[in-house]
Amino acid sequence: MDAFLTPDEGEALLLSLRISFVAVFAALPFAFCAALLLARTRFFGKTLVDGLIHVPLVLPPVAIGFLLLVVFGTRHGAGAWLFQTFGIRFVFSWTGAALASAIITFPFQVRAIRLSLEAADAGLGAAAETLGAGWWDRLLNITLPLALPGIAAGIVTAFAASLGEFGAIITFVSNIPGETRTLPLAIYTALQQPGGEVEAARLSALSIVLALIFMTLAEIAQRRARERG
Amino acid sequence: MSVEVFLRHDFPGFRLDVSFALQKSGVTALFGASGAGKTTIVNAIAGTFRPREGRIVIGGRVVLDTRAGVFVPASARRTGYVFQDARLFPHMSVADNIRFGWRRAADKASQAEIERVIALLGLEHLLDRRPRALSGGEKGRVALARALLSSPTLLLLDEPLAALDAQRRAEVMPYLERLRDEARLPMLYVSHSLEEVARLADGIVIVRDGRVVRQGSVFDVLTGLDLTSLAGSPPMGAVVAVTIAEHRADGLTVLAFDGGQLLAPRLKGAAGERLRVRVRAEEIMLALEEPRAISANNVLPASVAGIDADARHADVQLACGNTRFVARITPASCARLDLRPGKPVFAIVKSMTVDAAPPAD
Repeated sequence: MDAFLTPDEGEALLLSLRISFVAVFAALPFAFCAALLLARTRFFGKTLVDGLIHVPLVLPPVAIGFLLLVVFGTRHGAGAWLFQTFGIRFVFSWTGAALASAIITFPFQVRAIRLSLEAADAGLGAAAETLGAGWWDRLLNITLPLALPGIAAGIVTAFAASLGEFGAIITFVSNIPGETRTLPLAIYTALQQPGGEVEAARLSALSIVLALIFMTLAEIAQRRARERG
Repeated sequence: MSVEVFLRHDFPGFRLDVSFALQKSGVTALFGASGAGKTTIVNAIAGTFRPREGRIVIGGRVVLDTRAGVFVPASARRTGYVFQDARLFPHMSVADNIRFGWRRAADKASQAEIERVIALLGLEHLLDRRPRALSGGEKGRVALARALLSSPTLLLLDEPLAALDAQRRAEVMPYLERLRDEARLPMLYVSHSLEEVARLADGIVIVRDGRVVRQGSVFDVLTGLDLTSLAGSPPMGAVVAVTIAEHRADGLTVLAFDGGQLLAPRLKGAAGERLRVRVRAEEIMLALEEPRAISANNVLPASVAGIDADARHADVQLACGNTRFVARITPASCARLDLRPGKPVFAIVKSMTVDAAPPAD
């Protein structure tokens, strides 16, 4: 990697991958529960919950970053409590970037998992029940395996979207080299400097390669899903 | 191991209010038109539907009693449920599908028992396949094996043949018959086909608009003169339980029944084997004197048990020992012979019309 990338570029790449990885997998259990709730249950206010989950899709990322700053800033509110009680700090930290990415890519995961849950025959659960399988048993052995293609598709899509996140990250956790400067932020930084176009072009090329890799993965996941069904 | 069912539930525009019992073993048909409430009844017995009011006892165990606040969840009821659409788990092999309920059963069937069920349903060569690589008939057989191996105390079959074409139906039917003859557990068989009922069931419960309108033995109900009004179907004629007495040298098979014997064209099966034959109502002739020099091989002395006549036909119920037949004749013939209940007659049945294995539909 050293042969192709400068230390700064390598740092931005690894940071991007780490933030996206943590963002996607930390959000996954919640996304699965939300998808299960939306696909398999009916309750009062379901439309509202559905809408709330999808809000990050339509809200400007900068606005999300600002809202996170208000909620998780260490001076007051939830952020102050977390910091004083557990020493957890999101602002100006890579974990904050992961949090922002998780929120923004959450709808992608929910949507993909929900689609695969809805495609699976709900009657299979009733069949498993009459064969002696209780609630957790059915979740682990019927629902989860049948949702796997959707989970895989959700992970890949969310990961790819997370790699490109810019507005929420720079607003919430700023642009700190080695801590919160992901690939998009590094491109932005390069363009702020005179003669930084070459550096920006190199980083953009790197982003394109990453995008191609993830599109291929998404394609493979989708094909697997089709073959299983 | 008897089963008692009482259910009451109000749906918008539809009230389910049924009460019936199943025998200790054998097949009871739950018969009725689409929308009569059959599947809802089965779901309530299985525990996947919770009625507002009801009491269900399976083999002495109360699994539902709304008054006493008893509701045993479906996963603990031990009812084997064969769905109309098979509902095999697509992500598991056939072997894993049929062991799904077995793994979760408290008293597991032995390895020998598993192999016996696999052989009974002819699944030996399918075990490694995925459900999507199976034909409709094969899926139905796998679903049956899966339900059987969960060690159920009651087997529920919700129109297991309805989703199949005539050829597949004919393929699965013999397996169901073997199951009926070999399994020692009560079965509730949902159907809207009297042909299937006639071939498989011992008892029948007729449901119409959410109510039980008739229940009893298949042999009695199917020869009942009220069948048309109850089931909206023309009389079935008789379903007769017979035993093969002998295969005669002249090519006929002698079938003994409770009240006499029938001669049929050579049938498969050894002497002593029990089977069912059908004699259609349109194919019985009646005579007041015993005819001689007639081609028909069966001239059965009987007495008129009941008559249901309208402008187009007269259905005459006949008692021949403990067995009942129905003859459908014209009202003119009925008047000419002056048929009345209790009158002795001779029922003439051509051997060629004795139907040993009526195809399902």
